[in-house]
Amino acid sequence: MSTTQQVAGDDIAFYDLDPHEHPAHGSTMLGFWLYLMSDCLIFATLFAIYGVLGGNFAAGPSPTDLFNLPLVAVSTTALLLSSITYGFAMLEMEQNKQGTTQLWLSITGVLGAVFLGLTLYEFYHMIHEGAVPQRSAFLSSFFVLVGTHALHVTFGIIWLVTLMVQIGQRGLIPANRIRVQCLSMFWHFLDVIWIGVFTVVYLMGMLR
Amino acid sequence: MSSTDHVTPAHAAHAHPNPSVHGDGHSHGTRKSYLTGFALSVILTAIPFWLVMGNVIADGMITTLVIMAFGVAQILVHMIYFLHMNTKSEGGWTMMAAIFTIIVVVIALSGSLWVMYHLNTNMMPGHTMDPVNLM
Amino acid sequence: MSDQFWTFIFGRLNWDVLPLHEPILVVTFIVVALGGIALLGAITYFKLWGYLWFEWFTSVDHKKIGIMYMVLGLVMLLRGFSDAIMMRLQQAMAFGGSEGYLNAHHYDQVFTAHGVIMIFFVAMPLITGFMNYVVPLQIGARDVSFPFLNNFSFWMTAGGAVLIMMSLFVGEFAQTGWLAYPPLSGIEYSPASGVDYYIWGLQVAGVGTTLSGVNLIATIVKMRAPGMGLMKMPVFTWTSLCTNVLIVASFPVLTAVLTLLALDRYVGTNFFTNDFGGNPMMYVNLIWIWGHPEVYILILPCFGIFSEVASTFSGKRLFGYTSMVYATVVITILSYLVWLHHFFTMGSGASVNSFFGITTMIISIPTGAKIFNWLFTMYKGRIRFELPMMWLIAFMITFTIGGMTGVLLAVPPADFVLHNSLFLVAHFHNVIIGGVLFGIFAGINFWWPKAFGYKLNQFWGKLSFWFWIVGFWLAFAPLYVLGLMGVTRRLRTFDDPSLQIWFIIAGIGAAVIALGIAAMIMQFAVSILGKNKEWDTTGDPWDARTLEWATSSPPPAYNFAFTPVIHDNDAWADMKKRNAQRPVEGFRPIHMPRNTWAGIVLAGLSVALGFALIWYMWWLAVLSFVGILAVAIFHTFNYDREFYIPVEEVIATEAARTQMLGAGK
Repeated sequence: MSTTQQVAGDDIAFYDLDPHEHPAHGSTMLGFWLYLMSDCLIFATLFAIYGVLGGNFAAGPSPTDLFNLPLVAVSTTALLLSSITYGFAMLEMEQNKQGTTQLWLSITGVLGAVFLGLTLYEFYHMIHEGAVPQRSAFLSSFFVLVGTHALHVTFGIIWLVTLMVQIGQRGLIPANRIRVQCLSMFWHFLDVIWIGVFTVVYLMGMLR
Repeated sequence: MSSTDHVTPAHAAHAHPNPSVHGDGHSHGTRKSYLTGFALSVILTAIPFWLVMGNVIADGMITTLVIMAFGVAQILVHMIYFLHMNTKSEGGWTMMAAIFTIIVVVIALSGSLWVMYHLNTNMMPGHTMDPVNLM
Repeated sequence: MSDQFWTFIFGRLNWDVLPLHEPILVVTFIVVALGGIALLGAITYFKLWGYLWFEWFTSVDHKKIGIMYMVLGLVMLLRGFSDAIMMRLQQAMAFGGSEGYLNAHHYDQVFTAHGVIMIFFVAMPLITGFMNYVVPLQIGARDVSFPFLNNFSFWMTAGGAVLIMMSLFVGEFAQTGWLAYPPLSGIEYSPASGVDYYIWGLQVAGVGTTLSGVNLIATIVKMRAPGMGLMKMPVFTWTSLCTNVLIVASFPVLTAVLTLLALDRYVGTNFFTNDFGGNPMMYVNLIWIWGHPEVYILILPCFGIFSEVASTFSGKRLFGYTSMVYATVVITILSYLVWLHHFFTMGSGASVNSFFGITTMIISIPTGAKIFNWLFTMYKGRIRFELPMMWLIAFMITFTIGGMTGVLLAVPPADFVLHNSLFLVAHFHNVIIGGVLFGIFAGINFWWPKAFGYKLNQFWGKLSFWFWIVGFWLAFAPLYVLGLMGVTRRLRTFDDPSLQIWFIIAGIGAAVIALGIAAMIMQFAVSILGKNKEWDTTGDPWDARTLEWATSSPPPAYNFAFTPVIHDNDAWADMKKRNAQRPVEGFRPIHMPRNTWAGIVLAGLSVALGFALIWYMWWLAVLSFVGILAVAIFHTFNYDREFYIPVEEVIATEAARTQMLGAGK
């Protein structure tokens, strides 16, 4: 039985009469990736600001006065670990194991919270020392770059918790799977940005 | 308007040559690839930290270039092992979008540094953005 | 109750921020209020709230959203144009010691608002409206990739417009020019609410625009009909793809920069301050990294519209399809390499200026190629001088002249004389009106029958056309002369009486344009309300070439009962040529997305957040922010977002079309 429309004298179909359903969420991964590219540009602008203004200490504290590299090494480790624990969550999801998926997701969340806690502690410490964002263009750029990253991690954690509730309620249905995949992209993207941050801000800061 | 129970074509088991790639090019990792990526990342993080904290190389400029190279390398590791970037995903559009973004980022960053350096030199005596500060 | 309490509740809102001392604003408010009450009253009286809510405001149909964008853009055109009239009047009057009728505080807001509104709330919504309406139809799809996001994007754009309009009556607007350079836009020199309205209006609208960009890219990449490879896409779809790539790759920069300005104003950071290491020049640098791609965002869709118009009304395939595509892609990439030409005079020096001067000249080449392609499309074609074709011809002449003045400005030494003069003002109006606005008018006349089922009235359309052409040249040619004579932009009063005649001519030009706008409104009114409509029964009133004309006018909610299969460029022309038969049986239920209340609610909360931030009402800011998060998260718990159009409905709709097609013959 022909599923295409025959035209007189022509063996060509002009209409798809037996269509497959468009795969649900078919555009979601690409769409989310495109959003991440736009987010990349926001960070690029903040890096540009840091690049241009990061040397303007205004006779105030400079990186060598402020940065605690061992602490940053710990928070970097936490974030890197959280990337791999998310990877493990994805592997468990592929195996359709809801329980262990949730377990690895929660560990990821905890590690993310550890990262956040250390970053906030660092901010608190700096502010306590008088190194407030208003003190100089360097400090303004520092706080906005590291702070925006931390804000993204915060939203990621909120999303993660919400998703864990939704998986708990409905299981690993396709709609939830795609959300886990999107959050995975988001989470790894944040780690990529962090590589830029610790290299340009902290490590290069100590070389000034 | 009726609402039918819509069953999405389930992710049925179908034979595929590469078990970590789906029909539409979406890759996912294997335990091995995640662990490899993690190990590489640890190394690529530890060495820069060591170089800076230990003051290993005397020249600041060289250290800067080295740690930047390590940073770029680690970003690539993350892209490949964690984000599973490849040229097939979404018919190549993922890669195209990433490349275009990188081009724009490079233009914006290098362009801003170049332009602002010249503006500062010509217009703001005292704010000359010491080249070491740039790196 | 203590002062502290009232300050907590109302922030810096107090009775003084109402501009009761400005008679123009008081009168405007009265007119707007009366008009608004009349409108709301009429909607209530005719019991249309339900209709509006369920059929339009919560709709995720790209066609309805497209129309709503157009309505927003056209309404804001009236506001933006009023600002233009006010400026022309002031500048024509203020000679020989006369202060004119606008004080500096008011005048500076007028020229700022004029620019902000025309770019962000007229041009952007209008081109977005076209892309939204037309692209899914042109690629044979049923809707965009993310219909809910589409609805949300529209309401965020509308929300930004609401904030800007509020500034008329509560507080003030920015007095900084449309790009709000610091230090003038910093808290020290602009302490009042004006710049904050600017920032938050643009941030809210910017979210909508960026998400719309993501949406349309995904749509074009993923949802094309089978057989439509990239090089078989209509040119309008190609230009839309490139436009949305530019949007996604440039608006984040604007978002970041405005956030940094906001931080300087609210928190006291030092990004763009004069002290503590800040650098105002960095703002100029970053904002133009966004700003230049922005102008290509505005023009590329219009190039696409003109390509469709040229081929349709010449009765020929577009000349040089491949070179058109390449030219568009090249423009997209090159638009990131020219931004410094907006501030040649800021002092970056010869090497930097030469680089950007050269790149600016290079980018004019692909555009020139396009002009030739349109010309060659028309050559030896059977030209029909319908309104879209008239607008095309006007565009080709007007835009080319404007483009040439741009190449002139691209020469840094010339720009040192002409930067920020009226020559510059004439140049960008030349290309924006001649390019963007004429393109929009062409598109409105071209696609109106598709959207509404009948053609626009020709008489009023042609009247509008001639008023616009004459008016535009009368209004802006004098500005070229004045600019070459050294007159600076944004001036409120003038000392040299010999200049006045030029301003008077320009003022007359503005009045003629006003007639053009009035004629256009008449065109809409006569067409919409008229009894003898020129109905389009075939769906293809222009004998056009692309897939949107394969549907009924207006198309059904689902666009295509069966997805078309593509074999060649100009798919509809191909189908007509090969006598493709429209299927009349075998219909199926069609999967569609449900309407949503979340878009308008989230946008409303965003407006509340913006208002709260502008007026320092921190409790409201926190509440609305939490509200946005809560509503967004709540929305994600709704998994039931789709339904099926039952097959009976599809059969009935298609049968009605079959009947109309038969009757039309």
